[in-house]
Amino acid sequence: MKRMKKIKTIAELKQIIEEQELSRKNEPMKVITVSSGTCGQARGSLKVIDALKRAIKAEGLEEKVKLRITGCHGFCEAEPNIIIYPDGIFYQKLTPADAQTIIKETILEGKIIEKLLYKDQQTGKRAVKEDEIPFYKKQKRIVLGDNVLLDPTSLQDYFSIGGFRSLIKTLTELTPDEIIQTIKKSGLRGRGGAGFPTGVKWEATRRSPGDIKYVICNGDEGDPGAYMDRSVLEGNPYRVLEGMIIGALAIGAKDGYVYVRDEYPLAVRHVTLAIDQLYKAGLLGKNILGTGLTFDLHIAKGAGAFVCGEETALIASIEGRVGEPRQRPPFPSVKGLWGKPTSINNVETWANIPLIIKHGADWLASIGTKGSKGTKIFSLVGKINNTGLVEVPMGITLKEIIYDIGGGIPEGKEFKAVQTGGPSGGCLPASLLNLPIDYESLTGAGSIMGSGGMIVMDEKTCMVDVARYFLNFLRDESCGKCISCREGTQRMWEIVKDISEGKGKKGDLELLEELAIATKEASMCGLGQTAANPILSTLRYFRDEFEAHIYEKRCPAGVCKKLIRYVVIAEKCTGCQSCKKACPSGAIQGTLKDVHLIDQTKCIKCGACLEACQFEAIEAQREVAILVE
Amino acid sequence: MSANQTLNLDKIQEIIERHSRNKSKLIAILQDIQAVYHYLPADALKTASRLLKIPLIDVISVATFYRAFSLNPRGRHVATVCLGTACHVRGAPKILEEFERQLQIKKGETSEDGEWSLESVACLGCCAIGPVVVVDGDYHAHTTIRKVPNILKKYRK
Repeated sequence: MKRMKKIKTIAELKQIIEEQELSRKNEPMKVITVSSGTCGQARGSLKVIDALKRAIKAEGLEEKVKLRITGCHGFCEAEPNIIIYPDGIFYQKLTPADAQTIIKETILEGKIIEKLLYKDQQTGKRAVKEDEIPFYKKQKRIVLGDNVLLDPTSLQDYFSIGGFRSLIKTLTELTPDEIIQTIKKSGLRGRGGAGFPTGVKWEATRRSPGDIKYVICNGDEGDPGAYMDRSVLEGNPYRVLEGMIIGALAIGAKDGYVYVRDEYPLAVRHVTLAIDQLYKAGLLGKNILGTGLTFDLHIAKGAGAFVCGEETALIASIEGRVGEPRQRPPFPSVKGLWGKPTSINNVETWANIPLIIKHGADWLASIGTKGSKGTKIFSLVGKINNTGLVEVPMGITLKEIIYDIGGGIPEGKEFKAVQTGGPSGGCLPASLLNLPIDYESLTGAGSIMGSGGMIVMDEKTCMVDVARYFLNFLRDESCGKCISCREGTQRMWEIVKDISEGKGKKGDLELLEELAIATKEASMCGLGQTAANPILSTLRYFRDEFEAHIYEKRCPAGVCKKLIRYVVIAEKCTGCQSCKKACPSGAIQGTLKDVHLIDQTKCIKCGACLEACQFEAIEAQREVAILVE
Repeated sequence: MSANQTLNLDKIQEIIERHSRNKSKLIAILQDIQAVYHYLPADALKTASRLLKIPLIDVISVATFYRAFSLNPRGRHVATVCLGTACHVRGAPKILEEFERQLQIKKGETSEDGEWSLESVACLGCCAIGPVVVVDGDYHAHTTIRKVPNILKKYRK
């Protein structure tokens, strides 16, 4: 990598950006882009990269083919994948063995390799290019889209797509007040969950008295099931940092922090590297581009506490203390980090800033619904065919996301619920699939937008088990400061756990509702105030499942261990012995080609047989023993 | 390292000096100490308390509040099972149980021979490829109950 010299003036920066833009135009004929975020690497992208490098060298194509290693492209299901430019050919699920064929056939001979193309689950049709794939068709990738174009470890790459032109615009054309007005006018709301208008937050911070102010990037993406912030920080850290520099200018902050989860090692590495490069380039530090402005940026790593996503807890954590929230007001915009006015915004919010400056407030305001502008990234995961990160305009329906983009539920199973907003959100049933997604509609339905996790559940998911899961998570993560949250989540978990074990009784559901409302109303921070959502929403939409557990001692989905037993369906069993080999407790009897039998006294209900059977001959049935008890 | 070995306090002092004995860097300091020892030895906490002039009780409250810190020595290998929502609905609890059976330790424990520690994490953010298990920093995607013994075999000598 070329070493970046310190850029001394705005004119010099402009010139460098122009040079880099030109050098992108003059790139070799073929550019192979490899998706290599955390998911890609977990699926073996690094080995594919090595193999591609070797194949390029073996054919002597080093000058003619450029290999660009990028962050995540969002289509996690298809990892490891590559896109070959300028044609945009999309190859998926690659192994190192494919590298040589790709170089020989596609690069040298221009042939398309059929078997590496994406195949539509429903129609069986192959797609050659990325934009022909249904997963991408309804998306509007204004934030995520550039991940495909960037080596996230290269500042030059970011310049080459016009990066930092928005900073130049703010420095040369806009006063701090004008920046804030632009953000206000765009209608941008916080992407971290609560949806507070970003421009209003900035204005309040700017107007708060005092010379020392801070900006913070909240990258403590603790919601299980959400990972868009990781993807943005890994794949396009400069966009976030440019947004922070612009925000600092507008607010009058001279210091900033990027707070990233410790569980995201690659994101930490890329952000650290990006900050380092920006200092060397003179875009951070004292007298930025000779303008006399100072802005220092630091990185703070989280240490594994969900509650630190709450802004006052996050501030305590940066100060080196236990991450306990405090009462608001005063809000951080008045009294934040070390008691100074502070603006905390989420990763995705910061990433939107340079785009709004570049394209104007009206551009963002033209996307989305009346009250929710722009796009939102969702992580579409769980029981869904096309898992991955999807960026869609606000106002799109759940149905469009789950069926048109997500390709529906695997194995022809029935959709049951979609969980949005993580442990602070709720589970929405099939009757709400036509709900247009924005901040207000989700809140009205008993869930929240949250950071954008969207976990799809099918008929084999038990809603009592899901409620138990979230309550267990919340009682574990409650910091313990408010008794209503500490004891409320604990007690609700105990009741739901009992229900899932067949020990539920009349009156439990009413008690749960009472506890949920008390927890909601008496707790101080966002965690406690929303802790009731998972239980209230499941009770609201799936009450019959709770009742089946309580009154019939039955788990309709066949999940709750105490209420089920595994049995072999004689008509379907081929006697292949897969289940017998998989069983860790030796509970399965049967000889080859004969129907097998599960000895219930030895069975530990681990589910290994169910997983091993390819003939759907193992079934979770109602446990009879518990009725006898 | 095992708990019985004497601690190199110079190393700890060096870490604290690197952060300019800054009280507000306590979490970063503890992270750096843990990066060296894989846990937070008692003497390290005492040294941090003394040099940073923070009461020991406050150092311990930070060390026990955050999940990433461990006060007990960890095994030579660490297996971490992700229990995020997406992994959960795809069967992560069963994967964890299989690890518990295979390693004969419970979540949060270290085997007596010091070879293995078994941990869980709230979410690793690789939800699309769940259930996910991380062993010594390597990510294993789409884990099934049957894959567990093979995963362990790679790390067992």
